Amino acid sequence: MEFHSGVVAPQGVWWRPAGKQEKLWVAIAFAWCMVLFAMMPFWHIRGGQNPSGIRTRVTPEAYLARVFTFVEDYKVGEENGIPLVAPPPGSDIYLLGQMWRWYPALELEEGASYTLHLSSLDVNHGFSLYPANINFQVVPGYDYGLSIKPNRPGEYRIVCNEFCGVSHHNMLGRIVVRPAKQVAQAISQEAR
Amino acid sequence: MNTTAASQGAGGVAGAPSSGSVIERFASRLCPVTGLKVNSDSEALVRWNAVAGVVFLLVGVVAALLLALTRWQAVHLLEPVWYYRILTLHGLNMLIFFIIFFEMAILYFAGPIVLGSRQPAPRLAWTGFALMLVGALLVDVIVLWGRADVLFTSYVPLKAHPLYYLGIILFAVGALIATLLFFAALVVAKREKSYTGSLPLVSFGALTAAIISVITLLHGAATFIPAFLWSLGWIQLDPEVYRLLFWALGHASQQINVAAMVSVWYLMGGLTIGAVVLNEKVSRWAFVLYVLFISMASAHHLLVDPGFGPAWKVWNTSYAMYLAVLASMIHGFTVPAGMETGMRLRGYVKGRFEWLKKAPWSDPGFSGTFLSLVIFGFMGGITGVTQGTEQINIIAHNTLRIPGHFHVTVVGGTALSFMALTYYLIPLIFRRKVAFWGAAKWQPYLFAIGIVILSMSMTFAGSFGVPRRSADITFPKAPFTLEFPPVVDLLLAGIGIGGIITSIAVLLFIAIAVKSVFFGEKLDLANLTPGMSGVPQGVLRLPPQSHSGENADVVHRAGAPGTIILVFVFLAVFILYYFANWKVLSMIWKIG
Repeated sequence: MEFHSGVVAPQGVWWRPAGKQEKLWVAIAFAWCMVLFAMMPFWHIRGGQNPSGIRTRVTPEAYLARVFTFVEDYKVGEENGIPLVAPPPGSDIYLLGQMWRWYPALELEEGASYTLHLSSLDVNHGFSLYPANINFQVVPGYDYGLSIKPNRPGEYRIVCNEFCGVSHHNMLGRIVVRPAKQVAQAISQEAR
Repeated sequence: MNTTAASQGAGGVAGAPSSGSVIERFASRLCPVTGLKVNSDSEALVRWNAVAGVVFLLVGVVAALLLALTRWQAVHLLEPVWYYRILTLHGLNMLIFFIIFFEMAILYFAGPIVLGSRQPAPRLAWTGFALMLVGALLVDVIVLWGRADVLFTSYVPLKAHPLYYLGIILFAVGALIATLLFFAALVVAKREKSYTGSLPLVSFGALTAAIISVITLLHGAATFIPAFLWSLGWIQLDPEVYRLLFWALGHASQQINVAAMVSVWYLMGGLTIGAVVLNEKVSRWAFVLYVLFISMASAHHLLVDPGFGPAWKVWNTSYAMYLAVLASMIHGFTVPAGMETGMRLRGYVKGRFEWLKKAPWSDPGFSGTFLSLVIFGFMGGITGVTQGTEQINIIAHNTLRIPGHFHVTVVGGTALSFMALTYYLIPLIFRRKVAFWGAAKWQPYLFAIGIVILSMSMTFAGSFGVPRRSADITFPKAPFTLEFPPVVDLLLAGIGIGGIITSIAVLLFIAIAVKSVFFGEKLDLANLTPGMSGVPQGVLRLPPQSHSGENADVVHRAGAPGTIILVFVFLAVFILYYFANWKVLSMIWKIG
């Protein structure tokens, strides 16, 4: 057996089969890599959290028009100059990122499904839902439509986590998720 | 001293097309420690690229200190405008200027010096160096002038001054010249027969780094030439296409760092403790895997983007089924196992871990290398693969988990390995004693502790959803309020404290490097005395670089029983962290 360091130029035929331990480690590492790979398609089939969505191009003007229609249709209030919008379960939500605000604020129901559309009027923004820690990139010219189902009631904040200019750290939006029970009560009271 | 004008060997270059009118003799010296023939052109290029690297490191670390003291919310030093400006400066000087200048030094070392050839086209090499310097200075001036508050990524349509993009282009052209001259050196060395046999593994690894560098620089051209034209108002750019191209540059450049770092691990393993190459075939294949799949890593940054579909994301983020990860896991075994075998060949054969216990832990060349290996593998690699998983990225993207990851790859891994290398370059290339030797011995440990505190604090803060690149997480002028839980304050203090410790360690490193190189005590490598201060043990007495005979057979049969334990501990940590993240992911809202 001959050994040399990495600065020595190997002479003659150095193309030798690997040792037992190396072969074992390479085989285990390869198997682990296949597990790592398989987990992603597996989660698409069985898991509940995937960044697939409906992805289309959209001009800022067209997106803005959708946002305004959405706000007009479901507006229930206003807070600090930002409308609060309560879309019915199953509807499309149009959320806008722009320097430096999220528009509008949203009121959702626990356990209901929505399609959340994200786009920007100007530069890249980052949709980061606190405290759920759900993060998506918001790119101007693209409409990212994600189906969502809030699983916990409470107050949420949308933090911008992509640098978008000098006041980036002040870009904060709001989502409130009302408990399913409260919503059901409200509906039954209305029915009475 | 030992400088002689050595003849060029019996290569018979006369009449060879590449040599033209090249003088057949070149100035060089024989290194009495390593036996390498060191030509003076390459030596000067190694020196000045390393010096330039350290200068930009200084700019980067001053910026780092200011940033750490701003993210430490209780201190909150910088105003937002300056926070973003200094963050831009920090990213560029650390991730581009420092690292690439240093990598060019490594290419000039691993090419002409390791192979003992002349330096091809030295004037062109200096032109490349000058371009890099001018480009880097231009960028820094524009950034500090406040005309490029666009952060490291300069995502279109955030716009910087056209000279900013031009500076980056000049720097990239300079780096491309140096890279192409490395290829030229390989051709020259082979043709002029300055070495026999195959390329040494270290040069082979550097070759893969150089190939990746060319791929990266081409992506750089595709990113910054259009961005330059766009900044002048001549063309339109799609923000998503820019992100794709930028990260084909931005992440592929991290693969240059990985390939260069792994080459340094092999190099320093050999020089410090006589580490051997267990199997040339396996190690080289692992390097080749890096070359084949690196460009795909752009996808790591686009996993929660609207521009790409799931099949594209899954395939690319996994580097075609994790084959580049396989490469790193292979090096993760062969590097420590090569160290173990090297130590066993030198007689440290007791038990599983005598080789590790008796390693030269007070030699910063060794401790820096080993700490780099551990930090990169256990922290950088595991967090990177996990956060780069398509779905797990939903709970990581653009939070502090991301800088938490790359500060243990490129800083705790690459930068630390380059520091370890510097402790050997100072005596071997600059022929000086290492200044402040007592401090140098613990500098790698201080650096490692600081960067681990910093990165872990970032990673945990990120898992609470704390954003990266934010000047103030109290949202002072927002229409709503948000208060992070108190533990986040503690973690942000950890970023501040970790940042301060790391910065002190870097400043110490710079002080050592500058003092040694410019004012250090001259060293006569032919007359080293045992126990001499300021000279690493591997330089004082180079461990044997080749072994054969009966002892080698015995060690070969024993294998690397210590390393086997280490790699299985690593695998267990990896599996645990990976599936814990899936568990956390499964608890958030349903998203599809």
